[in-house]
Amino acid sequence: MGRIAAMSIGLIGRKVGMTQVFQDDGTMVAVSVLEVQPNTVTRLRTTARDGYTAVQLGTDETRTLTRPEAGQLKDLPKLKTIHEFRLDSVDEFTVGQKLDVSLFEAGEIVDVTGVSKGKNFAGHIKRHHFKRGPKTHGSDHHREPGSIGPGTTPGRVYKGMRMAGHMGDQRITIKKLRVVRADAERNLLLVKGSLPGARNALIFVRKV
Amino acid sequence: MNVLDEVVSDQLRTDLPELASGDTVRVSAKVVEGNRERIQVFEGTVMRMRGGGITRSITVRRVASGVGVERTFKVNSPRIEKIEVVRHGVARRAQLYFLRDRVGKAATLRERRSRS
Repeated sequence: MGRIAAMSIGLIGRKVGMTQVFQDDGTMVAVSVLEVQPNTVTRLRTTARDGYTAVQLGTDETRTLTRPEAGQLKDLPKLKTIHEFRLDSVDEFTVGQKLDVSLFEAGEIVDVTGVSKGKNFAGHIKRHHFKRGPKTHGSDHHREPGSIGPGTTPGRVYKGMRMAGHMGDQRITIKKLRVVRADAERNLLLVKGSLPGARNALIFVRKV
Repeated sequence: MNVLDEVVSDQLRTDLPELASGDTVRVSAKVVEGNRERIQVFEGTVMRMRGGGITRSITVRRVASGVGVERTFKVNSPRIEKIEVVRHGVARRAQLYFLRDRVGKAATLRERRSRS
């Protein structure tokens, strides 16, 4: 089996918003705040049984689960959000174990994955950073995309031509973000820079 | 309390005096020279106040040997030792950019009378 890129443990969190904090050297840094409630290990995937190795984590306790969902969790707490992190080895984890932000420490580099804000049907200017035409001086070329390719030969538009269309609401991974602070007391994780998605959006934070 | 306010609450400083645009202040900031740290004092008029909460900053202007010098400080920064208000000036706006065009006595502001 080929090695896939994401092979490290992470946590499931939610985006709170952005602010700025002072660092130890007195400089200020813009940070995104993530709320990471302790995650429960809900299942271990092993090569023998499942053909791959991974740790399945759950969070967001709820009162109502469908019976199939409840059956998966058995006697574990009722968890709404489940996600698997693929690993080389799951020996150090046990089902029912809790993982919290103390998994990370300040200065560490992480990758984050989330779903970006949907921008609906967006024009080529917003979506692909095209330039607009002149507003005045007899121009009829205000927000036109310009030429989209040759004529009779080949008689079609090339695949992948950048045009207007649906923008955002995509799964986005931002790599190499630095952890500024991991606050296990308040279950908060502060990372430098921005995160995909709106407030309350589901975010996966992974060790590199 | 809002989570974002809570995150920065322990970095907010409460030991500073109330500041207003037009005040003459003396800011003692820590500066690193080579490998030793010392305190540098900068005195001038608060020309601009920006931001709120942890991001609050002031720009202090003084004329030093005929050259206008402006320095911006993050008010809540741990690099600031202390801020003293030397004099309260009367200013009717938050940003006193007009001071840049004035020289000498014209660049001074009337002193604010205490409200007592």
